[in-house]
Amino acid sequence: MVDKFIWNKVLLSAAIFGLVTACSSSYQVNGSTGLGKPITESQLQAWNIDVNGAGVGLPVGSGSVAAGGVVFQQQCASCHGSQGQGGIANRLVGGGGLNTASPIKTVGSYWPYATTIFDYTRRAMPHNAPQSLSNDQVYAVTAYILYLNQIVSKDSVMNAQTLPLVKMPNRDGFIPIER
Amino acid sequence: MSSKKDVSVRRSFLKKTLIAGSVVSGAVTSKIALAQNSESNFLVVDPWTKTQGSGFINPPYGLPSKYEKNVVRVLPNPVPTFPTGSRTPLQSLHGIITPNGLVFERHHAGIPDINPDQHRLVIHGMVDRPMIFSMEDIVRFPSESRIYFLECSGNSAAELKKATGKTAQEIHGLLSCCEWTGVRLSTILQECGVQSSAKWALAEGADGAAMTRSIPMSKMMDDALLVYAQNGEMLRAEQGYPLRLFLPGFEGNMSIKWLRRIKLGDAPWQTREETSAYTDLLPDGKAEQFTFAMDVKSVITQPSGMMKLKSKGFYEISGVAWSGNGKIRSVEVSSDGGKSWSQAILQEPVMDKSLVRFRFPWVWDGAPAVLMSRAVDATGDVQPSMDALLKAKGTNIFYHNNAIQPWRVAANGEITNGR
Repeated sequence: MVDKFIWNKVLLSAAIFGLVTACSSSYQVNGSTGLGKPITESQLQAWNIDVNGAGVGLPVGSGSVAAGGVVFQQQCASCHGSQGQGGIANRLVGGGGLNTASPIKTVGSYWPYATTIFDYTRRAMPHNAPQSLSNDQVYAVTAYILYLNQIVSKDSVMNAQTLPLVKMPNRDGFIPIER
Repeated sequence: MSSKKDVSVRRSFLKKTLIAGSVVSGAVTSKIALAQNSESNFLVVDPWTKTQGSGFINPPYGLPSKYEKNVVRVLPNPVPTFPTGSRTPLQSLHGIITPNGLVFERHHAGIPDINPDQHRLVIHGMVDRPMIFSMEDIVRFPSESRIYFLECSGNSAAELKKATGKTAQEIHGLLSCCEWTGVRLSTILQECGVQSSAKWALAEGADGAAMTRSIPMSKMMDDALLVYAQNGEMLRAEQGYPLRLFLPGFEGNMSIKWLRRIKLGDAPWQTREETSAYTDLLPDGKAEQFTFAMDVKSVITQPSGMMKLKSKGFYEISGVAWSGNGKIRSVEVSSDGGKSWSQAILQEPVMDKSLVRFRFPWVWDGAPAVLMSRAVDATGDVQPSMDALLKAKGTNIFYHNNAIQPWRVAANGEITNGR
């Protein structure tokens, strides 16, 4: 009887403190700690900038190759070269085959998804002012880089509908493994 | 009589060693010439013994001895236009813990200056309850401290093509090991209600690269940590202050620093850092994606490249071994370029996905030698020779070079990269 009474008290206090399961060096809290606050998708919109390989997450907006050329010369050429190569930063254009002794990995020769150009440019470029371009400017620069690589035509316009349809030359160049 | 002589010899040795600038194991020193001092047969009382030393908290945050000023991180030489990382001076370290000021750096857009009061972590996507956490919230969760290594998957990359580095630091210094303190990610994810459709998570930094990687949920729910402290103090800025992800045993870049957001989804996002970078290009032009775990590896740190053995005799060969797949089972050492191997002693405790220090007694006979170490992990994986690695993967993989490191000892005692 006494034992049962004590056990009930233990259970009661465990319930108050959130039902703690202990083992040698760690324990698990079963149930909520009550820490943190709920947040809505609209509240976190400014951070929710990821775009996946299928284009999910691409925002409203659009940009043409011609507009992209202007943005590229202003924002990108000083590091990447006026034609996307020959600059101090990563080469973006050309590169040729990858099955050589010295393969050249560029957007055109290596990147499997066109949507990744948009995602990366929007989050990390230009180098001295990341996340400063408008969505229209990022679409335009994406179009221009694709054009320099002869992947899209000069009159192309990139937006949430057209960009995911662009098939990159090295789309099938990856062996999926997980280890 | 004889005891007095012994003391004076020892005294002379100590003096030489102090003048040389840093105490390293046995008689191994760097190439810096020893200063000449007159050798007395009699001890004298040193000036520092005859005065009061300096006071307390001088400075308030303690620093290494001024005689250790050469034990620092270095950039590659020559420094590239856009440096990608600084390296840990492995050859000057002891045991397994990397001091916080010497932990290698790798970042993609510099080190952000984040006020912890303003830092937030958002968890959303395939969860029942999207949540936002302050640092105050995060440090209130149940905490855990674990010792894990951290290695950049590009560690030793240049060596795949040819011998490039001279020292253990230059070749293998994108490697560190700390006690990391934080919260099990599974504990915080549980607060948000993980949906059964969630198979992958995107982790994103608050730095200027908004660095992102996709991570399997199996890892996130297993041993992944949300880390806010290293070696007993809050994270250093360059290690992700105030909050980073830590994925034990995985490529270093996946342990996203300055972590601001985790989004759960059903497939990898195919970010730049998991397609154009951190994928392993094979000779036929196809690339492997994804190679998360850092495979079994070891390196002898003492004696190692650019050191010089001053005389024949006893040396302790010592180094570190690690595996992203679990514990180290054994390490073998060779002094004849791999013709014969002997078991090294492993320093306890041997921990999961941690560096382990190995030691092996060696008497150098003065002849040229090639020192090597070869580690085996708990899964039975054996560290490969460079020839075997290149045969299997080619020279274009860039990442995940875990080949055996040979150190060539010349007859004059000078040690060079034997790649």
